[in-house]
Amino acid sequence: MPSPEKQALIEQMNRGMHQFIPHNRELGLVATDFRHSSGEVWMKLPYAEQLVGNLDDGLLHGGAITTLMDAACGMAVMVRLGMGSPIATLDLRIDYLKPAAAGRDVVAHTECFKLTRHIAFVRGLAHTGDEKDPIASVAATFMRKDAS
Amino acid sequence: MTTDWIERIRAAKEAGDPSPLFDHVPYARFLGLSFELPAEGELVLRMRYADHLIGDSALPALHGGTIGALLESAAIFTLMWSHEGERLPKTINLTIDYLRSGRATDTFAAATITKHGRRVANVRALAWQSDRERPIASADAHFLLAG
Repeated sequence: MPSPEKQALIEQMNRGMHQFIPHNRELGLVATDFRHSSGEVWMKLPYAEQLVGNLDDGLLHGGAITTLMDAACGMAVMVRLGMGSPIATLDLRIDYLKPAAAGRDVVAHTECFKLTRHIAFVRGLAHTGDEKDPIASVAATFMRKDAS
Repeated sequence: MTTDWIERIRAAKEAGDPSPLFDHVPYARFLGLSFELPAEGELVLRMRYADHLIGDSALPALHGGTIGALLESAAIFTLMWSHEGERLPKTINLTIDYLRSGRATDTFAAATITKHGRRVANVRALAWQSDRERPIASADAHFLLAG
């Protein structure tokens, strides 16, 4: 569990995210932890019936997972660059490793592992409770719009 | 459940209207997706603009995830619409290139099948807003067709 001081920072981060990114608020996305030094973020997508891709099996739509991954990758860049830094997704590749079990929240763990003057490189995994058993992986690049 | 979908697709094709397919996809309703009437066999999807789709309220711009979801939907429904399979295609992976920011307006997407193999299909999808010649994003996806 993060310390109370860290918890306050996380809540501040979520308030900012929900204010500036209405779609993340609509999905109920919340950062649950972050690590500034390594550009890491943990972000949760709560299971919701409106995000189901197929009523017959109740599994989340791949698009909801993609959105979680995009949001968590962007946030990892923000954690390294500072919240509110202007960035734009250049590309994002997602591999669906297995279906996310119906009814389970999904947690993404992303890392901005390399920054250059213009580009941020991010990778990550998502799971539904067991980090050793990921349901999706992601690789994304972002453009830094603040670069001269 | 796969059989139900195969039947639904068959019925929708007979009626020439894919719209009822989204009745079974709550997330499509959440995103505001609908089908434009199929012209010359091509499926075009529309994502109706709504404030809750915004991913950057400063610009404003659509959330990249919603554009990815629209592209993936265009790819998978184009695949199901054009090839009768015995199973629903499963997305293996998806690479999205973001070309322009998505403005606060309706977005469209269509897909073409690059390669339809026995076990895997490769599909390319494009998303645009007012001008189809100026796409805002493209995607390449692989789908698993076999069991």
